[in-house]
This record gives sequence, structure tokens and C-alpha cells, in this order.
Amino acid sequence: MITLEHISKRYGGITALDGISLEVPKGCLYGLLGPNGAGKTTALRILCTLLAPDQGRVVIAGVDALADPRGARQQLGYVAQEVAIDKILSGRELLELQASLYHLSAARGRERIAMLTALLGMDEWLDRRCGSYSGGMRRRLDLASGLLHNPAVLVLDEPTVGLDIESRAALWDVLQQLREQGTTILLSSHYLEEVDALADRLAILDRGSVIAEGTPAELKRELGGDRITLRVREFASHDEAQKVQQLVQGLKGVSQVLINRAQGHAINFVIEAEGSEALLQLRKQLDAAEVPVFSLAQSRPSLDDVYLQATGRTLMDAELAAVSSRDPKAEKKQAMR
Amino acid sequence: MFASTAIAELSQETLALSKRLFLQLQRRPSTLVAGILQPLIWLVLFGALFAKAPMGLFPGGGSYGKFLGAGVIVFTAFSAALNAGLPVMFDREFGFLNRLLVAPLRSRYSIVLASVLYITSLSLVQSLAIMAAAWGLGYGWPGGTGLLVVLGTLLLLVAAVTALSLALAFALPGHIELIAVIFVANLPLLFASTALAPISYMPGWLGWLASLNPLTFAIEPIRAAYLGQFAFDAVVLEAPYGALTAAQCLLLLLVLSAGLFVSIRPLLSRKLS
Repeated sequence: MITLEHISKRYGGITALDGISLEVPKGCLYGLLGPNGAGKTTALRILCTLLAPDQGRVVIAGVDALADPRGARQQLGYVAQEVAIDKILSGRELLELQASLYHLSAARGRERIAMLTALLGMDEWLDRRCGSYSGGMRRRLDLASGLLHNPAVLVLDEPTVGLDIESRAALWDVLQQLREQGTTILLSSHYLEEVDALADRLAILDRGSVIAEGTPAELKRELGGDRITLRVREFASHDEAQKVQQLVQGLKGVSQVLINRAQGHAINFVIEAEGSEALLQLRKQLDAAEVPVFSLAQSRPSLDDVYLQATGRTLMDAELAAVSSRDPKAEKKQAMR
Repeated sequence: MFASTAIAELSQETLALSKRLFLQLQRRPSTLVAGILQPLIWLVLFGALFAKAPMGLFPGGGSYGKFLGAGVIVFTAFSAALNAGLPVMFDREFGFLNRLLVAPLRSRYSIVLASVLYITSLSLVQSLAIMAAAWGLGYGWPGGTGLLVVLGTLLLLVAAVTALSLALAFALPGHIELIAVIFVANLPLLFASTALAPISYMPGWLGWLASLNPLTFAIEPIRAAYLGQFAFDAVVLEAPYGALTAAQCLLLLLVLSAGLFVSIRPLLSRKLS
């Protein structure tokens, strides 16, 4: 339903997308996971015809988006990350404007607005001016405007950032309903649990490249082995963690020993063996090596481990690194026409 | 069939976009009010400044207020049109434009067209209010045919200035820069025209500037209409490079606005593609 082929995009000297390819089957809820700055928004803006790629091909519902952007736009509903609304209009007036831009007849527009008002619970406040809306209300209004023309493909850029837990759950519900009705959905997120819970398939994006692709279960299964998180104390120093890292590296059947800075310098590693017996064996080895233990946790691989395996850092670490290197001014300039 | 669908869709999107601008104006009428208030102050204060000047000092033989009226009317329409780019600039900055651009618009020029429709109506309403005020102050009224001349002339000027302002709204990086350009352009263009004084009062260099200023090409036919002396072949401007008839002034304005719209097209296509 959505095909991206070898898409590249550079801003000045910076490569935002480095030849990514994606294939989203019809009726699939597809997650695009990655830290800030990985290129998710750029990919979605290209998909939605807001940005031309330097090279590559975009096909949406059989329409070549670069050759026939208008045709592609008719198939698409796009819910952007930064919600731009007109504060002085009411939500209903904004939806009516949107209906005219998609050339719905007046009757059809009213019918769709009524239907979406019920679906998204906007009845009470839709006739109030947008300036008074909360973040959750704005997001619902934006989702409604993306769905107004009943598109075959719905694209959402970080739809739950800044939402309270209740609004997020409500949004997840709506997305799942839409998928059941056959809408193809592509959403970007840097929340692991969101993609894990919602997506049928996902691609992990890092520094402009797809580093893993598949169903969440496949990706985790491929990794194999159990993940161990060891803390020698609640918040260890980096020096202390490095000593323990060396000790753990010397143990048998242990690989990928890393210091997780986002978790108070905990030690993450992988053990070949699986199950509870493996943990007992490990505990004995740690005792023998005189490693102090504050906590020791074992788990099956998670999506974070998939990311860790491919990039050598956790998603949280990448996220923290991205926060400090972001340039809001440059980002705004890229988004502006 | 195909063409009629295209026209129906084009007018649907253009009307919806214009409706938004008019709703904004209705709920935030300060632009409308300020656009009338400022020229009104000019009219009252400047009119009073030379109230005791001897009759006949100014061309046309009336009071200074009568002379000034045409200038202030043109200034009103000009200022309104100069601001045409502001709503577009805010839409660019706040990302509302992106919302419009993901929609399957029949033509993205409907965004530009809606702005032109909006700003033309706004500036004509403001100019009519100033004309009414000038009449109330005893500075005259152009009469039926004269009114057509005034509105037609203003339309040509507004079209040219709107094109310029929209181009700036897409070319400049933000609203601060746009406001700065508007601020810098506004008053000097007024002073370097025949709005406040005839060319015969100006030093040579300023006379040249005023006779090249498009505002002058709008002011003089309107002034003639107010004096009841309008005819297409009547000389309305004694420029240093020769005399211009009303028809020639209007033709210059027409060429200017058509030329501007043609020359900003590549910029608009690039920014809206």
C-alpha cells in the first residue's frame, strides 16, 4: 500500500535519509521507530508530498507520489507532529475548511464531521474556538481532519507525544479500530512500548538508515539469548561500572557487555543460555568473581534490545544524545516553505 | 465535463480559503479599524495643517483638503494591500500552510487567489470609508462615474501591491523581516508621490521620483475624478519627462500589476510545489 524505494534526502551537508526502503502492506499498522533526529519526520514529509526526496521513488495506493502528487494526496491523511491550527476558528469551521480542500460536497462533509465527532468524542467542544483546546483535544481534532476524506492511508507523526495516559489510550483504541476497518496506518514514534503494543510490523530507523525491519516478535526472536541487567548499586559511578564491565566480560557464555548510562550505569549483557537455571549459574559466577550485586534482572529480548544490538546504544541514550544536539531553528526552517 | 469539475473544485477551495480570512477579520477586526483610522488621522491632521493656505494655492483651485483627499484614498488602499503578505507569512511560520499543501488542491494558486480576493475587498471597504469621511469633512465626492474611476484605479494599484507583498511573504524568512520591509516602504512611498503636494512644489530630483512612483499614477486620475475633470485623454500629470494622460497612467498601472504577477509566478510555483 505504501512503498518507499531508496529514498535519500540531504539538508546542506547533513544526510537526513540515506537510501531507505520500506514496504507497508494493505491494512497493516506499521511503526517507524527511532530516536529524535533519526529521519522519521523527514521520511513522513516525503511520503506526504511536502518534501521532494533527492532520489528514490514513493508509491501510495498504486499512485506514484512524485509523478502525481495530487493523486497521492487524495489517498492520504496526514497528522503532523506540530499541530498547526487556526486559534480563532472553531474546530468545526476548521474541519469544514478541510472538507472543502478535499472537495467533499456540503452534505458529505457534514456527514463525515458528524461521524468523526462521535468517533473521537468531540461533541462538547467542537464549536468552541481552537485557541481554548487542550493538547489532547487538538490531537483529536487533527486526527479528525486527517480522516475527514476517509483516506486509504493514514500517516501520523509521533501522535502521542505530550499526551496524557488517558488520551493516549483513547488514540490507540481509535487506531486499532481503523486498522480493523482496513485503513493502512503508518505511525512514527520514539516510544518502544507504543510500537510494540500497536504495530503489526515495524522498521527501526537510525541516522537515516533502516537498521531492522519485521514484526515485533520476529525481531526479538532473531536476537536470541536472555538479557541481563546488573546493578552493583542503585547509582554506580562510571569508573565502578567499567570495573564490573571488565569482570563480567571475563565470564563464560556472556556477550555484548555494555554500560547503560540512562539507567544509573547499570551493566547490560546477553547470556547464551535461557531460563531460570541460567540466572542461577550467572549468580554463582558473579559471586565467585566478587562482583557486588544490588539487583539482577533477566528478560527476553525487547525492542530496545533490537535497537541496542544494531546501534550499540539504547534508544534512551540515543534520545538523550539527540536532545542536546537538536537545533530547533534549523528544524523550523526545514519545515517552512 | 472535466473542465467544469475543475472550475467547481477551484472555486470551492478558493471560497473556503477566503472564508477563513474573512472569519478571522470578523473576529479580529483590529486590522480593518486600524486601516481606516490611520488614513483618517492623516486626512484630519494634514488637512488642518494647511487649512489657512490661500485658496487656489493648490492645483484644482479648491482647499488643501480637496487636494489631499485623493492622496489619502490611494494611501489607504496601498497600505492595506502592502499587508497582504502577512497572513500568508504567518501561515508559513506556524505550519498552517503545510496543512493546506497536503490537501489535494486543484491548484495551489487558490491559496494566492484567496489572499487577493480578501485583500482587495478589505482595501476597497477601507477606501470607501475614507471617501465617506472626506465627504463628511467637505472635501468632495467624485459622483457616479467618478466613483467607477476611483474604484477601477484602486483595483489596479491594489493588484500590483498585493503581488509584491505576496512575493515578499514567500521570499523573506519571517514576519519580522516582512513587517520591517512594509514599515520602510510605506511612508517614503507616500512622501515621494503627489499625495501631499504637487510636483511643481518639489525640487527636481523629488519631482522625478514622484513621477516614477506608481502611487502617483493612481493619485492623479482619482484627483481628476474628484475635480470633475476626468477624461481618458485629459492630461493629469505634468511629469519632468512629459505630460501623461489619465489613460496613460491607468495603462502604466495595468502593465505594472500584470508584469508583477507574471514575474512572481516562478517564485510562487517554487514555494508552493
